[in-house]
Amino acid sequence: MSLLDVNGLGVRYADKDVVSGLSFGVGSGESVGLVGESGSGKTQTALAIMGLLPGKAAISGSIDFAGTEIVGASERQLNTLRAERIGMVFQDPMQALNPYVPIGKQLRRVLLRHGISDGREVDQRVMHMLDRVGLPDPARQFRAYAHQLSGGMRQRVMIASALLAQPDLLIADEPTTALDVTVQAQILELLERIREETALLLITHDLGIIAGHCERLVVIEAGRLVEEGPTRKLFSEPRASHTRKLIDAAPRLDGDSPPAPESAELVLEADNVSVSYAERNERLQLHAVMDLDLQLQAGETVAVVGESGSGKSSFVRAVLGLVPMRAGRVTFCGQEVAGPLQARSIETRRDLQLVFQDPAGSLNPQLRIERIIAEPLTVHAPELDAKARSERVADALQRVGLDEDLLGRFPHQLSGGQAQRVAIARALIVNPRVLVCDEAVAALDGSVRQQVLNLLHREQQATGLAIVFISHDLAVVRSISHRVMVLYLGRLVELADGAGIFRHPRHPYTRALLDAVPVPDPLAPGGRLSISGEVPSIIDPPSGCAFHPRCRYAEQRCRVELPLVRPVGEARVACHRAEELEL
Amino acid sequence: MSAVARIWARMRTSKTVVASGGILFAIALVSIIGPWISPNEYLTTNFDNILRAPTASAGHVFGTDDLGRDLFVRTMMGVQVTFVVAIVASVVSLLIGVLYGATAGFIGGRVDAVMMRLVDTLYATPFIFFVILLLVVFERNLLLMFVAIGAINWLDMARIVRGQTLSLREREFVQAAQLIGVSTPRIIFRHIAPNLVGIVIVYVTLTIPQAILIESFLSFLGLGVQEPQTSLGKLVNDGTKQMEGASWMLLIPGVLLAAILLCFNFVGDGMRDLFDSRRSQ
Repeated sequence: MSLLDVNGLGVRYADKDVVSGLSFGVGSGESVGLVGESGSGKTQTALAIMGLLPGKAAISGSIDFAGTEIVGASERQLNTLRAERIGMVFQDPMQALNPYVPIGKQLRRVLLRHGISDGREVDQRVMHMLDRVGLPDPARQFRAYAHQLSGGMRQRVMIASALLAQPDLLIADEPTTALDVTVQAQILELLERIREETALLLITHDLGIIAGHCERLVVIEAGRLVEEGPTRKLFSEPRASHTRKLIDAAPRLDGDSPPAPESAELVLEADNVSVSYAERNERLQLHAVMDLDLQLQAGETVAVVGESGSGKSSFVRAVLGLVPMRAGRVTFCGQEVAGPLQARSIETRRDLQLVFQDPAGSLNPQLRIERIIAEPLTVHAPELDAKARSERVADALQRVGLDEDLLGRFPHQLSGGQAQRVAIARALIVNPRVLVCDEAVAALDGSVRQQVLNLLHREQQATGLAIVFISHDLAVVRSISHRVMVLYLGRLVELADGAGIFRHPRHPYTRALLDAVPVPDPLAPGGRLSISGEVPSIIDPPSGCAFHPRCRYAEQRCRVELPLVRPVGEARVACHRAEELEL
Repeated sequence: MSAVARIWARMRTSKTVVASGGILFAIALVSIIGPWISPNEYLTTNFDNILRAPTASAGHVFGTDDLGRDLFVRTMMGVQVTFVVAIVASVVSLLIGVLYGATAGFIGGRVDAVMMRLVDTLYATPFIFFVILLLVVFERNLLLMFVAIGAINWLDMARIVRGQTLSLREREFVQAAQLIGVSTPRIIFRHIAPNLVGIVIVYVTLTIPQAILIESFLSFLGLGVQEPQTSLGKLVNDGTKQMEGASWMLLIPGVLLAAILLCFNFVGDGMRDLFDSRRSQ
């Protein structure tokens, strides 16, 4: 018998259907993946099951949960259901936790709701649960506030909070989208472990996650069911073209890296760049980036990869002049450029452009798209008249594959993929030599992500644009990177060409990043855990090799002696044991 | 102008804002047209006709005061002063407050510290003593009073705008503009200012009642508008002296003042709600 039975569910806002005629079920103890691109109605479905849709949403059809009808149920019934039988984990744990209440106290409330009022017992059960979800030192975390935990830890707390109620069904809505790949692998592993006690409805846009963790798949598009079936069957013989498209769009680790660029003209060079941030009235110096080098040739793509806290953003922002360098020099086309942005010549500023992670945040919400794209021209080509300017805008728009009727719109009227293309068009309109993409595709759906990567690749072929591509996910950069730099805690751990690093990683950390990538293949799903824990704080970095506390190959030497970057084979690696390890 | 157009479209959807705005508009219109069509003058005294209760037949719809002057014309004149105060207060707090706050917030660092400490200092100055001093040293006049009201009104605005600018400055579209090479004044005008419009409009409508109250308060103390000119605050003051025998002298300007203040507050609250709902969407 099904635990959850969704039958002909429809959700309607004003005159827009976001979900229509959707039917699927979740058996008790089963794990089901609900897959679709953004805007396909996944989250609306989850909210409908939780009875959390806003009042202005019109709901039709039926949602039967273990004999209780959820559609049209009273708030009182829903509260009981939510408190005792259905748990939910949201995408952004920071939003879901109360920032003013210590997490132990928040979790305690779950048990109090269940009529367990003995203070000692409550605290013990909370701490036991925190321990079970893998929170180190539960007694201390019990008193911690949400902002003192990392993203992965917060998500563990959310899962603990859901599990304390011993629900029959746990709904996880994109639980790992905001997290690093390595942490994602850990959270998925945790969800796998708790499967014994609850059914799981995992909502995601990433088929790689689903492949290894769900027995059955429900694929939806534009609020309608596309296909449903056992995971393996759907992957091996998808019936619907949309399923095929989703599978193809998921990033994979196999395949070729692009051939090396023909020219060898050095465009951008950074030597020994270090970045420090002053904390607590300048008494404490946090070393975010230490002695990093970068050589970038025309037509080349260099990927900078690492978990959050690895210093990848600080590094490129220092090179661009957005944050001050403590030491180091930057050379552009053979000429040294000043550190701070304001001191740089207008030509240098034109030739180095940046695309941000969050497309919506990097576009001024009050300006129309036309003015956003044209803005660089007002600075770098003020001599253009209105006609010439709109020609350039139209040209830039065409290069990124957007339609001209978008020009009159405002940023909030665009989809994520469109907004990111607008941001790229704004960067490309002045024909820069170097484009830095800071996690530029991390917020996008699989298929849109691929389109944007293709667009960057095409642009590079046509104009010899040099690209620095920052990502926490090695799979994303595989298809476009000529060389890959892997950073850990502000230092280089491995630098190798694209083909080499994916076939033969030489640093245990690179290996771990590759292992963590969830691959859309149920028979070899990836997403394995070869490292535990998270990036340590730069306030108190580990001695010796910064990676040693998480490294399974660490020996005494690694704990005391800092490994220097040295050539190993074709690559440059900072590991004492690089030659002897078989990774 | 697009931002303004969108705000206008939103405002029209709220009943409270429309109703309050309509009442304000009607009062303003009557205060301009009324004295013009009325047969009476605001400073003509008539000692045969003092403290006459409001009647339509005698031509004094609001009655007369203790000097026999027509109260309708005088009240309408008071309303005019009140609206002028409202306009001056909003213009001053808009111009000085927004520019000052946006500059301090955007440049930040030491400049911000110095600029905001100056605001703190002005805040700490006992305003009433300051005004009394000004009015004693210089000749009492309307202009001086407006300057005094403006001088405290922009302080709040500067603080609010600075806070908002601090968070806007960290937004990526501002960084994007800096990378492109857009100059600082242009960033403030093109990128920061338009994003302040919402909060500024709301705040202006909320400071207007404050300014009106200050003017009434100063006039009530005898420091504001001088005879034979008048304002609502001064009329209320005069009314209190006669409230036992001629209650209309207190009631009519008092009720009008309360109505205007309420309407401005409703408009302000309504606008704030509109902008909050936009943010939460």
